[in-house]
Amino acid sequence: MSELAMNEPLPKVARDWIPLLLPVALSLAMIPLIGSPSTWVTLTIASLAMGMMIFIMASGLTLVFGLMDVLNFGHGAFIAVGAYVATLILVPMAGYVQADSLWLNLAALAPAALLSMAVSGALGLVFERVLILPVYGNHLKQILITMGGLIVTEQALYAMWGPERIPLPLPGSLRGSFIFGDIAVAKYRVLAMIVGIVVFGFILLILNRTKIGLLIRAGVENREMVEALGYKIKRLFLGVFMAGSALAGLGGIMWGLYREEVHASMGGDLLVLIFIVIIIGGLGSIGGCFIGAILVAMVANYGGFLIPKLALISNILLMVTILMWRPRGLYPVTNR
Amino acid sequence: MNQPSANDVLRLDGVHTHIAQYHILHGVDFAVPEGRTTMLLGRNGAGKTTTLRTIMGMSPPSSGTITFANERTEKKSTPDIATLGVGYVPESMSVFSDLTVKENLILAAREGALDTQRVEWIFGFFPALKRFWLTRAGSLSGGQKQMLSIARAIVEPRKLLLIDEPTKGLAPAIVVNLIECLSEVRKSGATILLVEQNFRVAEAIGDNVLVMDNGKIIHRGTMSDLANDTPLQERLLGLSLETHQ
Repeated sequence: MSELAMNEPLPKVARDWIPLLLPVALSLAMIPLIGSPSTWVTLTIASLAMGMMIFIMASGLTLVFGLMDVLNFGHGAFIAVGAYVATLILVPMAGYVQADSLWLNLAALAPAALLSMAVSGALGLVFERVLILPVYGNHLKQILITMGGLIVTEQALYAMWGPERIPLPLPGSLRGSFIFGDIAVAKYRVLAMIVGIVVFGFILLILNRTKIGLLIRAGVENREMVEALGYKIKRLFLGVFMAGSALAGLGGIMWGLYREEVHASMGGDLLVLIFIVIIIGGLGSIGGCFIGAILVAMVANYGGFLIPKLALISNILLMVTILMWRPRGLYPVTNR
Repeated sequence: MNQPSANDVLRLDGVHTHIAQYHILHGVDFAVPEGRTTMLLGRNGAGKTTTLRTIMGMSPPSSGTITFANERTEKKSTPDIATLGVGYVPESMSVFSDLTVKENLILAAREGALDTQRVEWIFGFFPALKRFWLTRAGSLSGGQKQMLSIARAIVEPRKLLLIDEPTKGLAPAIVVNLIECLSEVRKSGATILLVEQNFRVAEAIGDNVLVMDNGKIIHRGTMSDLANDTPLQERLLGLSLETHQ
């Protein structure tokens, strides 16, 4: 077999760089349109920061769909719950939060983020066991029941905290901007970018360097074959679902701080954006989700600056354009 | 129906399988003796692939019993059946194209780390896998994917291998080598249930034969008896050795 196969040339690994270059090309193309370099830098940094926050919220959802073909419209609930849980920690610790010391701020932010992730992850466990388990394989029922879960969660938040928007001020050391000449870069946006890149790197590390990661990647591609190898993919899916919910909770606290307020419907409001990101990226693809989030944020920021009226439909236009070019998204993983 | 034997690794008794509203298997009975290669032959649509999928729990039976290694498995899930020691090579190969050859085999090694001696043994059959060790499986040719699919099933010792049409769509030169490989795997003591359309391949590696038609076993016997009986081949399979390639 051997000779025949051994004499064949090594297959060329086709790396698809075009989607990776899209955000770079888009941002460079905006320079002449925006005119002012400092405004361009500010908008680009804002786009990257917003993109990272959206990526954190969307990454779990794309894996959940890729792995088990589950359409979870309740994902927004984890975002809102994460943000609300953070307020439980940050509001009583206002002294630490408002201090100008980064360490004191972190002393409040770190437990808030961890608790948000833990509670959102636990809510994910309940969601999967109670709502999603009975409707595997039925998309219509999944949409209806997870939408219902989102509405129930939002109403529960209303009932507990009231309909008012709750202020969530930025920590003292994260207020203001770094100034480079006439360029101002908001400190919180830098933090958001760093957290987003760390989360992305961590997910890639898990997916590419651990057996669990291999199982997730294989399961996204062909879950039946993973089961035929002896792995219980539903157990794996539960773990991914909880991790995705926890990340949504982390995204919730970051988005709340970005907007400096939380409200019960914040998750639902972000859901359309998140679905656009995972569809653009290719369902099940973490790399695609990362690029999709940056593109969505760039189009929103550049579009909002150049043609404010276009901002309302810019993301839909982006999705339509990309799907006309690549109907299964930038980096298709599944055959769905 | 065969009489139960202590040597049988796998037994199916009165197995019926429905897929959606379609009744595919109509009371399938057969046994697979240990250490032998049993060929499952039949025309397209006879129910061969569904039989393998039913054994694996992917298309669970609506009635009947399946006994593997003295354990009833008809109600078990696919992962539980695989864990009992069944390796499955599907018709579509189903290698994980986003993973490298190495990663595909790491996943198949449920017991832990890859056994390097066993991997070298596999490289003896499929040297191409050694060459493409760190290459994404999606970049491999059809024949190489088939090698990987079989390698994945034998990367750890299994009590039973279910292999579905391994030669489908492969170049004749690769088929010859695949026959060599499957013969070697058989010599290592593996029990194989192999679905095959190519009678020449079946004749070369089969010990026993089962012929299916319309979701039922219509013939069982030794492969050599069927290979020597052209009228029987024509009656059962609609083809003779002279015409079947």
